[in-house]
Amino acid sequence: MAQHQVNYASAAGLPIALTSVDKLVNWGRSNSLWPLTYGLACCAIEMMAAGASRYDFDRMGTIFRASPRQADVMILAGTLSKKHAEFARRLYDQMTEPKWVISMGSCANTGGMFNTYATVQGVDRIVPVDIYLPGCAPRPETLQYALMMLQKKIRKESANMKNNTKQNLRLV
Amino acid sequence: MQQPNKLTPFFENLNFERDDNTMVINFGPQHPSAHGQLRLVLELDGEQVVKAYPDIGYLHRGIEKMAENMTYNEFLPTTDRLDYIASTSNNYAYALAVEKLLGIEAPRRAQVIRTMLLEINRIISHLFFIATHALDVGAMSVFLYAFREREFGMDLMEDYCGARLTHSAVRIGGVPLDLPEGFIENMIAWCDKVDHEVKNTYEALLTENRIWKMRLEDVGVISAEDALNWGCSGPMIRGSGVKYDIRKEEPYELYGELDFDIPISDRCDSYGRYMIYMQEIYQSTRILRQLVPMYKESEPQLMAHAPQYISAPKEEIMTQNYALMQHFVLVTQGMRPPKGEVYVPTESPKGELGFYIKSEGEPYAYRLKCRAPSFFHTGLLQDILVGTYIADVVTIIGTTNIVFGEVDR
Repeated sequence: MAQHQVNYASAAGLPIALTSVDKLVNWGRSNSLWPLTYGLACCAIEMMAAGASRYDFDRMGTIFRASPRQADVMILAGTLSKKHAEFARRLYDQMTEPKWVISMGSCANTGGMFNTYATVQGVDRIVPVDIYLPGCAPRPETLQYALMMLQKKIRKESANMKNNTKQNLRLV
Repeated sequence: MQQPNKLTPFFENLNFERDDNTMVINFGPQHPSAHGQLRLVLELDGEQVVKAYPDIGYLHRGIEKMAENMTYNEFLPTTDRLDYIASTSNNYAYALAVEKLLGIEAPRRAQVIRTMLLEINRIISHLFFIATHALDVGAMSVFLYAFREREFGMDLMEDYCGARLTHSAVRIGGVPLDLPEGFIENMIAWCDKVDHEVKNTYEALLTENRIWKMRLEDVGVISAEDALNWGCSGPMIRGSGVKYDIRKEEPYELYGELDFDIPISDRCDSYGRYMIYMQEIYQSTRILRQLVPMYKESEPQLMAHAPQYISAPKEEIMTQNYALMQHFVLVTQGMRPPKGEVYVPTESPKGELGFYIKSEGEPYAYRLKCRAPSFFHTGLLQDILVGTYIADVVTIIGTTNIVFGEVDR
């Protein structure tokens, strides 16, 4: 059997890396997650703190965008009221695929302490949620961890969105 | 045409489809510089605002209604979520109103600790104001610097009560804990740092900055008369030359004994208000330094002694039968204040924050009303936005320093 003589790492002086399309695409997607600034209540302050100097979200490639057209992930931070629910859904629909949602804080997860006539009891009644993040209000470290979990999730997904069952559900 | 339903109300004074040249745009409810969930319906002639209609209620959570179904102690953590930038000032305003209803007073050490926490919160809130206001106007670096100092203040609050944002650090009748070890030294070091940074970083970056002055000077002018008519308070009214601060007018807690000044400005514009916020940070650090000797001289009692309303100290509960019974009733049923009504104003970082409580002698308040400063400042927007340019709208919203937790409640 002929020995493999080609050194792929230095063939023709060019470094070569072997990968799959899935991995390459997901590498790009997961390392430049741009969240939509969706501050609703108290958690928004912690979301800002996560983006500010001490916690520094930028080092994860996470830069807050004000427009849903430029955003990949929607961080719903705070209480979603019934009056606002319509707009949350509309902004979610305006985001381009692929898109993910992080529900930040107890209010966004389940309505939290506000079990009243005015509050949506969990944003998953309005938009599909990928990561639930407990706490009232969660610390910025928790949000960073949630984002890292989301990155992990994205890296496991197929680059072709049609192969991801959750994505199919989302389009219904 | 408008198609009103349960979620989209009918605006009787606005025509969305018009024949003339004006354009109606929605600013919010989700706008990065709308300070939360403010929806402004702006009628524009070119770039000039002809009519502004602040539409609130997007963060309405029914907090006042919740208070009617909760015991007095249960409701205290909910007040954190009103003005969530400075939670302790809400906790305190509520606790003070209930204390007045009960006719009790917190012991000296509790008062010192409360005043400390209030002033730490005031600095945190003012740093947040400078950060977001600068960010809205376009100075990103100030945001990063101000949040750096703010985080140290949050660390102090975390050392005291364990929470960064929603403190619940005040109880009805006192405070739950004594200051932890090293708190005073850290606080003084923080005061020095804040003083130094405000003087050498923020003021150096902003005060004489040509762009900052162009964006803020003569923008959002409120005459003293308007400010009074609209019920403004806090830096909003002091920025119009009215010297009104509840800490001086009706001193509560230790403010009568402390030596501090009330900065005012006659400029009536956003720049004057920005200067007031800067000066108030210096005054707050001044107060914090004065509180250190007061703390050292005080007796170590932390909760008021009123066993019919507030659980007795642990030793008494463990040794005396009657104290245990009272404690049991307080835990299972909640305290029953006497019949009556009370309104207590306090000076929160944003203005006059007061709680009105009507008690029928039940463990639940019959009615609780929160008089939040931001609500009045939001109403003012419909008056001061008219005639300004759309680029200045962001500056004016920033300068009012409104927080929607307490506007919508």
